[in-house]
Amino acid sequence: MIAFSWRQFRTQALIGAAGLVVLGVILLVTGPNLVHVYNSAVAQCRASRGGLGGCVNPVTTDDGKLQTLALALVLIVPVLIGMFWGAPLVARELETGTFRLAWTQSVSRRRWLLVKLGLVGLASAVVGALLSLMVTWWFSPIDKVTANRFSPASFGMHGFVPASYALFAFALGATTGLLFRRTLPAMAVTLAGFIAVRVVVAEWIRPHFMSPVTEAVRLNPNSGWGINQSSGVLSVTANPPDLPNALVVSANLVNKAGRSPSATYLQHACPNLPGPNGPPVVQGAGQGHTAVAPSGQQAFQQCIDTVSAHFHQVVVYQPANRFWAFQAYETLLFVAASAALAGFCVWWVRRRLS
Amino acid sequence: MSWVLDAQGLGKRYGRRWALRDCDLQIPAGHVVGLVGPNGAGKTTLLHLAVGLLAPSAGSIAVLDRAPAADAVQLARVGFVAQDTPTYARLSIADHLHFGAQMNPAWDDALARQRIAALDLDQGQRAGSLSGGQRAQLALTLAVAKRPELLVLDEPVASLDPLARREFLQSLMEFVADGDVSVVLSSHLVADLERVCDYVIVLVDSRLQVAGEVDDLLASHRRLVGPRRDPGSLPSGQEVIEESHTDRQSTMLVRCDGPVLDPAWTVEELSLEDIVLAYMGHADSARRARGRQGLEVLS
Repeated sequence: MIAFSWRQFRTQALIGAAGLVVLGVILLVTGPNLVHVYNSAVAQCRASRGGLGGCVNPVTTDDGKLQTLALALVLIVPVLIGMFWGAPLVARELETGTFRLAWTQSVSRRRWLLVKLGLVGLASAVVGALLSLMVTWWFSPIDKVTANRFSPASFGMHGFVPASYALFAFALGATTGLLFRRTLPAMAVTLAGFIAVRVVVAEWIRPHFMSPVTEAVRLNPNSGWGINQSSGVLSVTANPPDLPNALVVSANLVNKAGRSPSATYLQHACPNLPGPNGPPVVQGAGQGHTAVAPSGQQAFQQCIDTVSAHFHQVVVYQPANRFWAFQAYETLLFVAASAALAGFCVWWVRRRLS
Repeated sequence: MSWVLDAQGLGKRYGRRWALRDCDLQIPAGHVVGLVGPNGAGKTTLLHLAVGLLAPSAGSIAVLDRAPAADAVQLARVGFVAQDTPTYARLSIADHLHFGAQMNPAWDDALARQRIAALDLDQGQRAGSLSGGQRAQLALTLAVAKRPELLVLDEPVASLDPLARREFLQSLMEFVADGDVSVVLSSHLVADLERVCDYVIVLVDSRLQVAGEVDDLLASHRRLVGPRRDPGSLPSGQEVIEESHTDRQSTMLVRCDGPVLDPAWTVEELSLEDIVLAYMGHADSARRARGRQGLEVLS
């Protein structure tokens, strides 16, 4: 049974393996160069300034196309597995009528399905894991610089979650194939369904795995401010504090009473800002502030000084050291969902397809 | 008594439509059973119920005294060749033989290889490139090499040309001859079955019309030709299956318990095809009668 399932799956497996090998070779050839770029930039920064703060490391822009490709692959490969390994798994047999051959051999449907799901499911998880391993390794010098692996976009391309995504996409494909009994619609639904689940989990479920840390932070009047003016209504923002590899849920300006600066308050606190006929947006960033006119610049700094004297920032975030716990939670979530789908498939193939 | 197939009030419904209903059937072991009926009569439904691909909506069915496809042991006892003889198009004949060997504990590899060799087929050839007749032979090989007690074939020769048809039925009969196996095969053509079957089931319009051994059917059915006469005036024990009348003459196909003694009749013996066609026509006119009743109620 296992040998025959493998025979049926062999061609698809070889295509997958070939893809992995090609990508692996490309990453192996280009990876050392990234490490070199990173190391020499770090050495240069140390030599010139005696520190890394504010030093721009060119490694983040090196091999830009390959970076995009590698990230895209980690995103796309699980859903490709769902569409090309999962959806046809049962649907093809139902379409071509070979299920009548398979289900009348001396093997129960339950076992037939469990072996197929187990074999190809395992292969899916292995492909996801290898892909993640290769790309995480290749990206490690870049990650050291960007320090944002906890961000919604980056989290799913690191660690072991890609393996669980691949497993889940496969299970979703197999289930839709079983329900629709046609490969093509099952592929389309798998594509849409997988993207929807990933987005929902990343945006709404993942932040709640653990209750976030809340911290009050003093504002630095010299960096990271923005004042916006739209239709004459003022609002002010401040960049959250630098928390490498943390997941910032929210960062709000509040006073001692816990209230945010209102437009009316800003009108009073910052009377000299350019009026509605002036430039719509005044921005400040980094060490200094950019403004349209010297008078505007002065008014801007004055405004920020006033605001930072009365307000502080409340940052809600998941600290960087929770990264692996979150990886474990999300992996468990997707593995459990895959197991539930597989259980449903087994029930359906015994009860409903007869 | 042990039955190859034992159905009680068996029915299968798809939505509001009954594909098979009120089927009571008991087939003893050791027969080659022909299941005849027009397309859409419910033959495939009955066979799928027997091999466990479908579950009944009403009544019950037992095959070799157990529920169909109850477990691996029961699955091993029944061989099945589905309609259009599905095979894995991209896999070779050798792959299919491996498939059979892995999926069936009682697999007779020598028989399978010998059959493939006798058909002059290259084991490396893909199933997708076989002709219809060759594919049917491959499917039959898979079914017989699992050494079943009951072999079920759903329209195995429907899509084959006359030569392939004959060869297929011949190799089926060879297998039946050298083993202790019962066979149920369906066809919409009586001619296919006449040569090979010793038991016939006629299914029309999702209902069982008649079932019995061919010899019994031949012995109990007669065509009566004589002066015009009302069918109601026949003695009890003579059931009219088909009738036609001219001004002076009546022709009736009857099922009779004993010999026809009335000297007014010319009594003719019938072929299996005559009998089967009569039952098909019988069901047809019954349906028309039901339709008329419906119309009368409406008007």
